[in-house]
This record gives sequence, structure tokens and C-alpha cells, in this order.
Amino acid sequence: MAELNKEKFVIRGKNYVTMESISRPSLSFWQDAWRRLRKNRTAFIGLCIIVLYVLLAIFAPMLSKYDFHSMSTEWKHALPSTEHWLGCDASGRDQWVRIWMGARVSLSIGLFSAFINMCVGAVIGGLCGYYGGKLDMIVMRIVDILYGIPSLIITILVMMVLGKGVIPLVVALCIVGWIGTCRFVRGEVYRLKEQDFVMAAKVLGVPDFKIIIRHIIPNILGMMVTNLCMAIPGAIFQEAFLSYIGLGIAPPNCSWGILAKEGIKYLRIYPHEIVIPAFFICTTMLALNLLGDGLRDAVDPKLRGTK
Amino acid sequence: MLKYVCKRILAAILTLLVLVTIVFFLVRLMPGDPFTSAKLTKEVAANMNKYYGFDKPLIQQYFTYMGNLLHGNFGFSMKYTNRTVNTIIGETFPFSADLGIRALVLAISMGIVLGLIAARNRGNKIDFFCVIIAIIGTSIPDFIMGALLQYFFGIKWGLFPVAKYQGLEYTVLPALALATYTLTSVSRIMRSSTLEVTSQDYIKTARSKGLSEGRIAIKHQIRNAIMPVMTVLGPTVASVLTGTFVIESIFVIPGMGKYYVESVTNNDYSMVLGMTVFYGIFLVTCNLIVDILYGIADPRVRIGKK
Repeated sequence: MAELNKEKFVIRGKNYVTMESISRPSLSFWQDAWRRLRKNRTAFIGLCIIVLYVLLAIFAPMLSKYDFHSMSTEWKHALPSTEHWLGCDASGRDQWVRIWMGARVSLSIGLFSAFINMCVGAVIGGLCGYYGGKLDMIVMRIVDILYGIPSLIITILVMMVLGKGVIPLVVALCIVGWIGTCRFVRGEVYRLKEQDFVMAAKVLGVPDFKIIIRHIIPNILGMMVTNLCMAIPGAIFQEAFLSYIGLGIAPPNCSWGILAKEGIKYLRIYPHEIVIPAFFICTTMLALNLLGDGLRDAVDPKLRGTK
Repeated sequence: MLKYVCKRILAAILTLLVLVTIVFFLVRLMPGDPFTSAKLTKEVAANMNKYYGFDKPLIQQYFTYMGNLLHGNFGFSMKYTNRTVNTIIGETFPFSADLGIRALVLAISMGIVLGLIAARNRGNKIDFFCVIIAIIGTSIPDFIMGALLQYFFGIKWGLFPVAKYQGLEYTVLPALALATYTLTSVSRIMRSSTLEVTSQDYIKTARSKGLSEGRIAIKHQIRNAIMPVMTVLGPTVASVLTGTFVIESIFVIPGMGKYYVESVTNNDYSMVLGMTVFYGIFLVTCNLIVDILYGIADPRVRIGKK
């Protein structure tokens, strides 16, 4: 009888090395979100429109032979033609170039103010939600008060100090704008900190700072990105409203709000002058809203790994 | 509950006082004053300043104003001479409120129905249609919406009068323009909250008990899904009822919105303050009502709050 030892046995059927290996490549949170966003057709179209508009806003005015401020009497209220692709306004300025110059202003106001609002609101709202108590009560009262101050007064004051332009507008929009994010983040943090995984981290002795960074922020980051996407249209609306009542960017510079305001005057005679800016404003809003909706589904942790 | 409400009312009054104080000093910081105008000579302007008490120290002006305010007296307007802010608000607010109530009723009822229909048909064509309507509605700025409605329904097809405010048919277009944004945002919130509610266990329990679909929708879905909608309604109701400048100026409605914007650009101190206080009272009241309704609709909040 031959001697039995370990070398004579070969393991068949079960391989402990391959068993433990993960067959599918592991995806980070953002890779997974990106994968799902690409599959969502409407959201992807939204993203494409925004990228296209941003590129056009950067390059279209450079490549056109017209500039946005020189006027000409013979092209007054011109209809779209091969010479002027989108026609001309009341002073004979080329609308194609003016639309994209306006897009530079409107889009950058939208992007910057929404981004700053999100950061400020998230920090303040997060602190309030996490620590609660006196701090929370005081900040919430301040929020109530800021809500009541007419935003026009703040805008006018900021413009008096900083002058007319893009930066004063962004500052003015930011002074009140963070309130919405603050409320929303506070509510979310308030809800999260009562949940078991935070409790577990606390019991294990993780410091507060690390709990916020490692456990709470990743859970609300997705919703914050969505919120950011939805806040950009809001800021563009605000700018348009301010331009509509005559505050905002100083002429001859233009923004979409100014173009729309100028166009409305000629609604009955030259409808193309309002329809074209309105088209670009609405499609941008539409694209941002579609993207925001898609992002909300894409970053929802509950849907992770599905489809 | 009563203790909670009292506490909230006290906090609201305190908030209003601080608000008035801040705005009182902020308007003085704005460039120019009510009487800087080419038409007025220096002597007249000085007399006017004296008449309105602007030559006194700021602190004294502040306490005089606050004293009047406690008697419900907002003072005289500085641009519309011989008219008090109270009468101007009294004349213009009914128009704004009337239009606002119509718009709100339309927006809230239609928004909730639209959101509910979308959620109950999740994933099919009806849902897609409702969502697209909602997204388009939130994508159009109110002044473009107003102008387009005016152009197509008023001028091109002549279905409704274009402007002024004299009867029911005059209110259709402005109410529609005013309602669009609220309607569509309510429907979006309602859709997502209904979806969240639908996957909860108590809906499954209700179904397995054999309740009819209509009863499930009314007693279980709507009641729970409506909470997030109520949260956003507080500030919205306040701002819609007190008038919006854009819609009122497009449709030539003699409402409050126009006076509010003009008073800021005119440096009409007492008007700005009066309107801010009026709006502030509305805002805190609406938020308070929403909080109380929250307690009624969701028994958990009642117990949870200390």
C-alpha cells in the first residue's frame, strides 16, 4: 500500500484562488454613476446640449466676422439670412454673436453662483444639521431674516459697491442664494445622523470630523450634485429677471436676459427677436433639468449596480 | 402642541423685528435719497427732508418709525405724495392676492394630480408625457411664458383679452403664466415622493387587505406623499400672493409687485419698509401654517418635536 501524503492529492473542482477573485471589474461610485448616466438617453442628450453650448459660447464669437457691439443701420431688425445667421437686433447688431456673448455671461453667472451657493450652503447646513442645538436655532433665524430682505435691495447695494458686471451679480446672487442649499443639506444631515451606520461609527470612537467626511458627505454628495444642476437654471432666471427690470449687465455687453427683454419690445412686429433668445434660454434650462433628473437617478445609492 | 405654536409665534415676531431693523438701515445705505431729482431745487429738497424728519438723527428716526409701526402705521409714501403706504397696499394687494389665489389653486391642484398620474403610471407613455410637460414648464422663464401666452392666445388667436384686469376672462392668461412654474415644480416633487411612498410596506399591507386602488391612493399615498410638497409651498404662497413684478407688468395688472420694485429703485424708504414688513408677515405666517399642517398630516412629527 502506497503511502499517502499531501503531494499526491490534487484539488479538483474548487479553486480557492479563483473563487475569491471578483470576476467583474469593481467600479467606483462615480464610474458607476457615469455608466448609468450614459445609459439614460434623455440625460445624456442634456449633457451634450450643455457641452455644445459651452463650446459655442467660447468659440463662436471668436470665429465670427462680426463683433457684438458694432451697429449698422442697413441691417436693423434683419431676418435670419446667410449673412447674419440669426438676424439682427434693433441696432443692426448680429444676433448670432450676441447670443453667444450673452451665453458667456449667463452661463458663467449660473455656474459660479450655483457652485458657490452649494459650497457655502453645504458647510453651514451641514454644521447646523450635525451639531443642532443653539447654533442651529441661531442660523435658522438668520436664514428666516435673510429670506425676508428684498433681494433687490441687496443687489442694488452690491452693485453700488462693486459696480455693474458679472462679478457683482454673482456676489449679489450668492448673498441670499445659499439659503436653499443650507436648508436642504441641514435636513438631510439631520436625517442621516440618526441612522445606524453613523451610530456605529460613533460607538467605535470615530471623531466627528471623520464621520462627516467619510460617512455623511458621500451619502449626500449625489443629491448635492443634482441640486447644483437644478440651481444653475435658477441663477440664470434671476439674472434674466434683474436684466429685465434694468439692473444687471451694463450695455453694450449682453446676457440672455437682456436679449429677451429687448426682443419682447418687438414681439408683434419682429417675433424672431424674442423667439430666438427664448429658444436658447429654454433649451439650456431643459438640458440642465434633464441632466439633473438623470443625475439624481444615476447617483442614487439605492439604485447602484442595477441595470 | 399649543406650547409649540406659541413658541413659534414669538420667534416669528422677533424675526420680523430684526428684519425691519436691518432693512431700515439697508435702505439708507442705497445710493441717493428720495428727493434727489433734477426737478427739485435745493431749498425744496431740504424742506421735504425736514417734513419727513430726515434731518433728525438716524436713531431717533428709527424709534419714531418703530413706534408708528407698532400702531400699524406704515407712514406716507415719498414718491406718491399724500398717499400713505397703508392705502397703497390696501388698493393694490387685493389684485395681487386675487390673481395669486387663482394661480395657486390651479398650480397646487393640477400639480398634485399630474404628479400622482405620472407616478401611478411609472415608466409608460403617460408618465413620460407628464414628466416632459413638467420639465418644459420649469424651463421657461416667467416673462417669456407671459409674452408667449399673450402673443398666441391674445393677439394671434384672440381667445382671451391681452391686458388689464376687469373680469374672469382677463385673469386666465396671467394666472396661467403665474401658475406654470409652481404647477410643474409641485408635480415633480409629488411624482418622486409618491414613488417613494409606493414602495413602502404599508401600501403593500393596504393592497393585501384588499382595499380598492382609489382608497389606497387617497388614504395612504397622497397623505404621505404630500409632505414634501407642503415644505416648498410656504415661501411660494407668500411670494405668489404678494404679487410678481414681471407678470403684473406684462399683463398691466395694478398689483403690488410693480410698487415693490419701483419703491426700491425710487428710494421710497417708507414704501420699501412697509412692503417688506407686509411680505415678511405673510412669509412667517405661511411658514407657521405649513409647520402646523405638518403636525396634523404626520402624527410622527407631533410626537417627535419636543
